[in-house]
Amino acid sequence: MSHIVIRIPTPLRGHTAGADEVPVEARSVGEALARLGELHPGILERVLDGDGQPRQFVNIFLGSGNVRALDGMNTPVRDGDVLAIIPAVAGGGHESGGCKTESPSGTDYRA
Amino acid sequence: MDAVPLIAAIGNTPLVELALIREVAPRARLFAKLESVNPGGSIKDRAVARMLRDALVRGVLGGRRLLDSSSGNAGISYAMLGAALGVPVTLVVPGNASAERLDRIRAHGAELIITDPLEGYDFALREAARLARDHPERYWYCDQYSNPGNWRAHYDGTGAELLSQLAPLLGGAPDAFVAGVGTGGTITGVGRRLKEARRDVRVVAAIPDTFPGIEGLKPLGAPGDIVPAILDETVIDERVAVSMDDALAMCRRLAREGLFVGPSAGAFVHVACQIALRHGCASVATVLPDTGERYISTGMWQVRQA
Repeated sequence: MSHIVIRIPTPLRGHTAGADEVPVEARSVGEALARLGELHPGILERVLDGDGQPRQFVNIFLGSGNVRALDGMNTPVRDGDVLAIIPAVAGGGHESGGCKTESPSGTDYRA
Repeated sequence: MDAVPLIAAIGNTPLVELALIREVAPRARLFAKLESVNPGGSIKDRAVARMLRDALVRGVLGGRRLLDSSSGNAGISYAMLGAALGVPVTLVVPGNASAERLDRIRAHGAELIITDPLEGYDFALREAARLARDHPERYWYCDQYSNPGNWRAHYDGTGAELLSQLAPLLGGAPDAFVAGVGTGGTITGVGRRLKEARRDVRVVAAIPDTFPGIEGLKPLGAPGDIVPAILDETVIDERVAVSMDDALAMCRRLAREGLFVGPSAGAFVHVACQIALRHGCASVATVLPDTGERYISTGMWQVRQA
């Protein structure tokens, strides 16, 4: 098992009590994300689709490499690696400044 | 180069009718402004041209660089028009702006300051404000979020064009208008213009999920979100949530009809269909802000065709 860190984008920090990084132990990208989901229920549904792959407009970077261009969820991780969850859209997102700004359901603005 | 013909090519975009709305609302007609035909490829040309023109007329640049934040489309407009007009441009852009956007901004010669994509767009906005505050001798801060030229471009341009294009088709303003809130310029400017023509026009804001979000649209749902100063929230009658998946499904559908548009356009058309059904609208208008080509690198189109 390798010790790695998962970096969390602002819109998802409501799921991590405001934390911008979550340390986990894992052997692969898929295991690391599964561990993140165990630690912070609700977050994985925002990141992965029903097949367990990154949703459209969601990128998972291992260091500077997009895991889609590596071995996907099977990509192995090593001690000290940094995994980052990054939306493939730059505009419109909001700054969390902590968990207080996240609406967990994402639906409290509905008419 | 002579920038006049380039600036003259901004606006007066085609109005297309989308018959697909009748599949969900048989009585309804949907009209949309095709904004990708602007020289910079998006609706942002309108506001940026107006803000730049105002700045040059007022002489506020004083040899300084024009500074603003952007997620990409406005950045392209600034870079393009800055190059044409000889105005040096600095843009603060999150690092996850699509490669097409970053490449084009660089091609026009603008200076790019890239911010951490994990910190989101509002961080880039705050960074631009900080640079403007700390280096007033170097930068003039255009600030599309509080610059009234932004919404006025849509009041005088987009909104007025809609009224004149719809007059022979509907005899006046539509029952409803759908847009989103990025800077608030479009919905404020067009909303005000349409409501002056017809008080009961229903102005609807499409509100995206917070993650992964829809390019150019703010969720506006959580405390702490930056609410643009130029946004007139009183003009919005209804907010309708839309997911990225719904927006993309509509983009693919529109592509089959010959319209290759970005996710915000798909979101607006999706919401237009919903509200036509919900309220029995006979006519709905919206805008298609940019082209689908600006998202090729995101993998948006690399999916099974619906």
